[in-house]
Amino acid sequence: MAPPASSAAEPIVQFTRVSKHFGDFRAVNDISFDIRKGEFFSLLGPSGCGKTTTLRLLAGFEQPDTDGGTVKIAGEVVNTRRPYERQIGMVFQNYAIFPHLSVERNVAFGLEQHKVPAAEIPGRVTQALEMVRLDPGQYAKRMPNQLSGGQRQRVALARALVLRPAILLLDEPLGAIDLKLRKEMQLELKALNKNLGLTFVYVTHDQEEALTMSDRIAVMDHGIIAQLGSPAEIYENPRTAYVARFIGESNFLGGTATRQGGAWQVASPNGAFIIPDAPGLAEGATVQIAVRPEWMDIFPVDHCPSGENAVPGTVREVIYLGETMHVIVTLGDGTDCTVAVRNEGQLIKPLPWKKGDRAAVSWLPEDCQVLEQA
Amino acid sequence: MSTKLPRWLIAFSALVYLFLHLPIVVLVIFSFNDSKYAVSWTGFTWAWYQRLLEREDILRGLEASLIVGAASTLVSAVFGTLIALALARHRFRGRTALEAFLYVPLVTPEIVVGISLLILFVLLKVPLGLATITIAHIAFSISFVVVVVLARLQGMDRNLEEAAMTLGADEITTFWKITVPQLWPGIISGALLAFTMSFDDYVITSFVSGTGSSTLPIVVYTMVRRNIEPSINAISTIILVATAVLIYLADRLGREKGA
Amino acid sequence: MNLRQRILGFYHTRKDATAWTLLAPGVLWLVVFFLAPILIMLGYSVMPRGLFTPVKAGFTLEHYQRFFDPLYLQILWRTFAWSLGATVICLLMGYPLAYLIARSWKWRNLLMFLVVLPFWTSFLVRTFAMIFLMRDTGLINATLISLGLITEPIPLLYTPFAVMVGLVYGFLPFMVLPIYASLEKLDLSLLEAAEVLGARPWARFVRVTFPLSLPGVVAGALLVFIPALGSFLTSDLLGGAKQVMIGNLIQNQFSAARNWPFGSAASFIVMALVLVAVVWYLRIRDTAPGGAEAK
Repeated sequence: MAPPASSAAEPIVQFTRVSKHFGDFRAVNDISFDIRKGEFFSLLGPSGCGKTTTLRLLAGFEQPDTDGGTVKIAGEVVNTRRPYERQIGMVFQNYAIFPHLSVERNVAFGLEQHKVPAAEIPGRVTQALEMVRLDPGQYAKRMPNQLSGGQRQRVALARALVLRPAILLLDEPLGAIDLKLRKEMQLELKALNKNLGLTFVYVTHDQEEALTMSDRIAVMDHGIIAQLGSPAEIYENPRTAYVARFIGESNFLGGTATRQGGAWQVASPNGAFIIPDAPGLAEGATVQIAVRPEWMDIFPVDHCPSGENAVPGTVREVIYLGETMHVIVTLGDGTDCTVAVRNEGQLIKPLPWKKGDRAAVSWLPEDCQVLEQA
Repeated sequence: MSTKLPRWLIAFSALVYLFLHLPIVVLVIFSFNDSKYAVSWTGFTWAWYQRLLEREDILRGLEASLIVGAASTLVSAVFGTLIALALARHRFRGRTALEAFLYVPLVTPEIVVGISLLILFVLLKVPLGLATITIAHIAFSISFVVVVVLARLQGMDRNLEEAAMTLGADEITTFWKITVPQLWPGIISGALLAFTMSFDDYVITSFVSGTGSSTLPIVVYTMVRRNIEPSINAISTIILVATAVLIYLADRLGREKGA
Repeated sequence: MNLRQRILGFYHTRKDATAWTLLAPGVLWLVVFFLAPILIMLGYSVMPRGLFTPVKAGFTLEHYQRFFDPLYLQILWRTFAWSLGATVICLLMGYPLAYLIARSWKWRNLLMFLVVLPFWTSFLVRTFAMIFLMRDTGLINATLISLGLITEPIPLLYTPFAVMVGLVYGFLPFMVLPIYASLEKLDLSLLEAAEVLGARPWARFVRVTFPLSLPGVVAGALLVFIPALGSFLTSDLLGGAKQVMIGNLIQNQFSAARNWPFGSAASFIVMALVLVAVVWYLRIRDTAPGGAEAK
């Protein structure tokens, strides 16, 4: 049952209108997407958004509903195929290292199941352990309870990689280890993905992690894919308020669109501002835009650079964050707007803003994102 | 919290412990007493233990108890483990009702179990003997095994089985190579529990045993009713030590972590 | 496809079938050798007594009516009262003990083991230990006589007192276990919060600790009350002929008295009382504060 050689253009994974219910709960609702061969693909979203179910559908632990669409791996429909018939590898959130087997027996487990000749096994185990930078001489004979969290993580990775699966599934594998080690592992995983040419499908709720590692990210929300794109597309062009809010911080402003000369203008309770053209804009339509705090600036009222949108308000709070300063400005209608200002040293060059000051927040029209109405 | 416990509480608890343990300790001590009338300590002796070896009814009772215990333990451990697996690993219709049904034997008075089985056996004209005792012991042990093994299964990581499947093991291989090794302490602990209960049961056995098929508790009961001699202390001591060891082992294995 | 793959394929597409295959042997056993006998027993309890057979065809409620006879009412009442009495005494003895164990950090496991140990040793042997202490020539009377406190042995055995001691001795661990479990789980920061709010030790116990341990108390009370209701050995060996509980009545109907339908009716009454108690407990547990322990 060798998979047909898939050309580079052909996606290695295809979800076509896949749905999955648990009782009355729609865990995954009619989703379609492709995963390209060799890419680092992330499923990102809060708990309960359907990302884990999507991964488990791909692994074969769950089957789509009857008439619930098709899951294809390397061009073949695998809906009812068992996990052990799919040529996938998986790293679990809690690592799932077999507690009754030593490190080398854990890594050898898959090789034994695939009837790899006994003589070949030790060499491949050693090679896999070295690949995840775990010294075989020191660790091969250890039992799992003699390993740290990070080491277990590496064993789980070696155990999956030793079979050279076409696709490696990772279910929040870095959730349980500390921040410093996590950063290190993120880079290592990314490197493994590039060096081995394997397709990685990575589930996480950590937006920063997804942005750091992924080639493409699917942001999930209540069983659907809210947006799919490269990290830059997701961050810089969030399509919905949900995506804008979940990834990074955003300020939201809304009003009614009107055509003013060659551009669209939005009339809002806080004043008028210009927005870039976007599909679906119409005279009198309700519009919501998102602006990242770091793309906003703050000036005394009436001193804004020309060509920038400016909305007046009152400084509510100045927050010291180290690298940046956040100035929170309450606008006319009571909404808060966060402006991120680079910290140039509060001891030498303090920020001239304090609570109660009148100020205007400003931004370039092209720096805002016109959101799709949910 | 470093609150000191009140003195009266410590004293009271000590008395309760005394109440729980003193009778047994006294019983054991007097099994070595060199006096037929056990009122006062007259000297150390093994005589009562030697006397046990001469009593054929005790030896036969012991043999019967071991046979019944081994057979009923084996069957109830297997059946109970399978039920626990189904409950822990599968969603199926009627699950809640079944779970409730499985708990009923745990609360049913022994005397009710005993007489209802007696009625069944007499109705079906099954001759009473070791076989009927074994059948009865299996019936009351299964639920205990289910509870113990289920507890173990619920503490067990399902991802282990899933991991094995992503590594190429099918369901059967996964069961033998991953599930069973993980579950083993739970199964053994459930089995030891079943054996202890079988070895100790008097009430149910008394209804479903025929003449000539007396287990050890039946023999001991007769001794207690009929006669007051220190051999009862001796056989009691042996039973105490045996059950204590079994329960200690069951407890140890039940707690043992998967690794 | 080989056989193994075929079997796996079959079960893969039928999830219920896998479960029922695993359940079948054990559940079948329980249906045949537990459920069916109890249903037959229920049937016997409403059939007339036969001359040469245990029962004969027909329907009657006479066996249940017999319980309104003062003699049997008294046995029922005695069973209920003694079980309740044993439950109350177990609570009075068990709660302080459970509290002490839950608050003695280092020794917890050992102390708990010492409670559980006698509970797992043979019930028959423990009942004999009571006889050994309480009979006329037993250790208590012998000691009192040798101390010169009494000249004649006090009759201890074959009295209601002996049965009560036996019940408490037999079932006390059942009370301690669940109370300990609920006290052990108790979040100590709640007590600290109460202390910060000005509650004295006694107030902390009455207002915080005790209410939160109630699920354990109820569970413990039931775990003592239920087996006490159906107990047989204790009253049989310690109570003598006059101190009969319903368990002894049942046993007697199936041996000396040879009245199986009446014995069946008595069994069913015990069984019904037990089930009522369990259902009542389950309802309480689900509504009690902190009753979330049952997940």
